[in-house]
Amino acid sequence: MSCGTESDNAAIWGILHANPHKRHIVTTRVEHPAVYNLGKYLALNGYHVTELGVDSSGMLNLQELTDAIREDTAIVSIMYANNETGVIFPVEEIGHIVKEKGSILHTDAVQAVGKIPLNLSKSTIDLLTLSGHKLHAPKGVGALFIRKGITFTPFIIGGHQEKNRRGGTENVPSIIGLGKACELAKKYMSEEQTRVKQLRDKAEDEILKKAPDTRVNGHKTKRLPNTTNLSFEFVEGEAILLLLNEKGICASSGSACTSGSLEPSHVLRAMGVPFTAVHGSIRLSLSRYNTIEDVDYVIEHLPPIIRRLREISPYSKETKVKEQAGKISARV
Amino acid sequence: MWDYSEKVKDHFFHPRNVGEIENPDAVGEVGSLACGDALKLMLKLDKSGRIADAKFKTFGCGSAIASASALTEMVKGKTLDEAGTLTDNDIAQYLDGLPEQKMHCSVMGREALEAAIANYRGMKIEKPVDEGKIVCKCFGVTDNKIIHEVREHKLTTIDQVTNYCKAGGGCRSSPANPGYYRDGMAKEKEKAEVGKTGTR
Repeated sequence: MSCGTESDNAAIWGILHANPHKRHIVTTRVEHPAVYNLGKYLALNGYHVTELGVDSSGMLNLQELTDAIREDTAIVSIMYANNETGVIFPVEEIGHIVKEKGSILHTDAVQAVGKIPLNLSKSTIDLLTLSGHKLHAPKGVGALFIRKGITFTPFIIGGHQEKNRRGGTENVPSIIGLGKACELAKKYMSEEQTRVKQLRDKAEDEILKKAPDTRVNGHKTKRLPNTTNLSFEFVEGEAILLLLNEKGICASSGSACTSGSLEPSHVLRAMGVPFTAVHGSIRLSLSRYNTIEDVDYVIEHLPPIIRRLREISPYSKETKVKEQAGKISARV
Repeated sequence: MWDYSEKVKDHFFHPRNVGEIENPDAVGEVGSLACGDALKLMLKLDKSGRIADAKFKTFGCGSAIASASALTEMVKGKTLDEAGTLTDNDIAQYLDGLPEQKMHCSVMGREALEAAIANYRGMKIEKPVDEGKIVCKCFGVTDNKIIHEVREHKLTTIDQVTNYCKAGGGCRSSPANPGYYRDGMAKEKEKAEVGKTGTR
């Protein structure tokens, strides 16, 4: 596969084509655009799509899932870990429900692979998507795991490559790169759970201490060890990123202005994060290549950036307090 | 990240005239936290009626902050009548251009200025853009406002309308929302394309 998106598309179309009489799919409101927008497309083109909601911590209601699966549900596509918040869904448990109801489970595990242990030989997952660059392989390579016995129609039709499951010449150097990256990820897996997690927790705790009116989005513990999604009230995400960039700090944002669309993060909105906090959200992702010095550098530079933008913002607390004082004195 | 001009970057990294004026002669406030950007503009006039000082506070992205900073520099020394002739294109040009998707930032600057001038004159905003039927519920955009932006900037596509006044950039799901029609168009297009390539 060329990437996670191709793998997600291949999984969902591959199952839909192999089961043409089944016209229903179940997915969630917090999927990566590769699945989320495909769901929207399918809904516009004659399929029935059920999008499961999440609670304020980003978790699913499994009873809702159980009730959603129908006889004509061709596929259930639910991500392993969220790409914006790092929230981990109980995919194995979901797999048992899907099996019981007689459907097929696909999971987009792009964010999870390499960061938390996964054992597909003892799993209820039927199809699994992964992407190379999320585990330090080259960009532009991904994979789709298909369990033996699952009937699958190729998404890219052509030659006999990949045992007739994907036409087209294989990108051999990238495939070798992905293989090596998986080998290394397995070797360093415990480090993700310990050292990387400690770095993330330190960054998060210190930033929360130094920048008031800040919240962490997503479940505190059912979360990838390397991700934190922070919302800073009264400021806007793109402005934060521009100032972080000046300091050489890379982050991403769920703010509308960053992406070019006017719609802020669909993930945070599905979680019911207030608009005031959605616009000022950023995601920091760490890896085993980060050091304590990197984290200290972010802790040193991020809070002053937030203070600086709040000084410009008409909604910052200081402004509000002043206005309040003005009103009171005017009344007196 | 956006390809901002050097001037936009300069006004974002070193914004001019940030803050508030004590006892201002005119205040203009537009936008909201929910919309994702907001601007509070304050003006102080001298005895001859020229703008002696202008200050702003902005909640918004890089180009929103830069547009507000540019606006305060542009209006200083002008009478309210002179300032009132400034357009959003003038703000964008002062900044050596804005990315098209960010044109609504300069529109917000012009609107704050209009609101401030109206506030000074003790009047409601003369342009009836806020009156009329709200057709974009996410951003509270009226049909009059859309018509105004289309005429003012000779807009020809729905995406341009979104770029200039945000209408249709949010949920796209309400039939009262221009984005609904964009999705409608997309649906028709998709149908046509699927038709061309044969059904899946």
